[in-house]
Amino acid sequence: MVQGKLAWRVGRLAAVRDETPSARTLALDVPGWPGHLAGQHVDLRLTAADGYRTTRTYSLAAPAEGERVEVTVQRVPDGEVSPYLTEVFTVGDPIELRGPVGGWFVWRPTAPDPVMLVAGGAGIVPLMAMIRARRRAGSRAPFKLLYSVRTPEDVYYADELRRPEPGLDVTIRYTRKGPDGRPGEPHRIGVADVNTAGWPAEFSPQCFVCGPTGFVETVADILVALGHDARRVKTERFGPSGS
Amino acid sequence: MGIVTPGFRGRARSDDERLPPGQYLVEDFPVLSAGPTPRVRTENWRFTVTTEAGRKHEWSWDDLVALPSETPTVDIHCVTRWSKLSTTWRGVSLDTLLEDVDTAADHVMVESHGGYTTNLPLEDLLDGQAWIAYEFEGEDLPAEHGGPARLLVPHLYFWKSAKWVEGLRLMLDDDLGFWEAAGYHSYGDPWREQRYQGD
Repeated sequence: MVQGKLAWRVGRLAAVRDETPSARTLALDVPGWPGHLAGQHVDLRLTAADGYRTTRTYSLAAPAEGERVEVTVQRVPDGEVSPYLTEVFTVGDPIELRGPVGGWFVWRPTAPDPVMLVAGGAGIVPLMAMIRARRRAGSRAPFKLLYSVRTPEDVYYADELRRPEPGLDVTIRYTRKGPDGRPGEPHRIGVADVNTAGWPAEFSPQCFVCGPTGFVETVADILVALGHDARRVKTERFGPSGS
Repeated sequence: MGIVTPGFRGRARSDDERLPPGQYLVEDFPVLSAGPTPRVRTENWRFTVTTEAGRKHEWSWDDLVALPSETPTVDIHCVTRWSKLSTTWRGVSLDTLLEDVDTAADHVMVESHGGYTTNLPLEDLLDGQAWIAYEFEGEDLPAEHGGPARLLVPHLYFWKSAKWVEGLRLMLDDDLGFWEAAGYHSYGDPWREQRYQGD
């Protein structure tokens, strides 16, 4: 019998990569993983020795490599799950997962239209999956990424985003402290940033916005005000961010 | 079925009987929407119930707030696993709005400004289980939480409580709404953990 997407599977932690002092990428080997689209999520289920269980949903950070999938977990102080996943969970350990989940906030590699990605903090994760899926598929769809972070130390996937890539423009904005010796005051993203780093509305890009609620509200409002069709602006707001 | 996650202890166990399986409590009020927040003006606001025979019943904003209101205090449960207890709303019961509507339909498609839809059985909107809510915790309902008015049907996962509600379409046969067509459960009972199609 073929397992459906909603069957719980047992995966194993294959490798870890620290993205920032508080965020870690987990590469999991999942026998029977059915594949997924960029932007989709996976549910991770943790079980304590006494049978207590809890589940959290994480965005997939990359296209599947066969049966290997990746998530990036931001450690939330006092969180129930993220401190475990980023500090205790060890290569070789098992974990239950199911997915992929979600069919709305996704980018399909066959789509030729321009894409505008706007990330706030950990909101970069599903958008990075889209950038990586584009690269993997050899897609020529023109991409622009506008990424808002507090400080340079908070940039996920920093080396990868620094490498020039044809058809991908990356703009990073800092809200608290910029890189040393770089002009420009740290500031929250505003109309000018979205306008400068994005596509004109008449290009009808697909827009994907992901981050904390206030950030997503602001950016989505700006995109609509700049003339983008609200139906082409897809948002994903982090609720209580998967503590 | 299930395996122990090595070294995972979890939080102090919640023995709160008000928390459905797989949910955890939050104190804040997260916002989850699929697109930009629409800004709907009350002067243009309309709520329309369309029967299976095509008969329309309409209410303006002034009509709505002139109706007898109720202030339910309810627990809400989002499919993304947060639950919030004892939230207080003000709104008009669907029993009041559907009082004079003549229908044989068993199903409803809820329709919202911007094209969002969600389906549910008509009986889940009746008998004091659902409201068109326009205040939250004593304040006008903010746009990001679905204001000026949203459906409130707290015994189902919260995506059924459609924000920016515009109307109800009564249907003889069931149909799938926005998230339901994307793989979420057609009914969405938090106590049976009906998150996705097939749960």
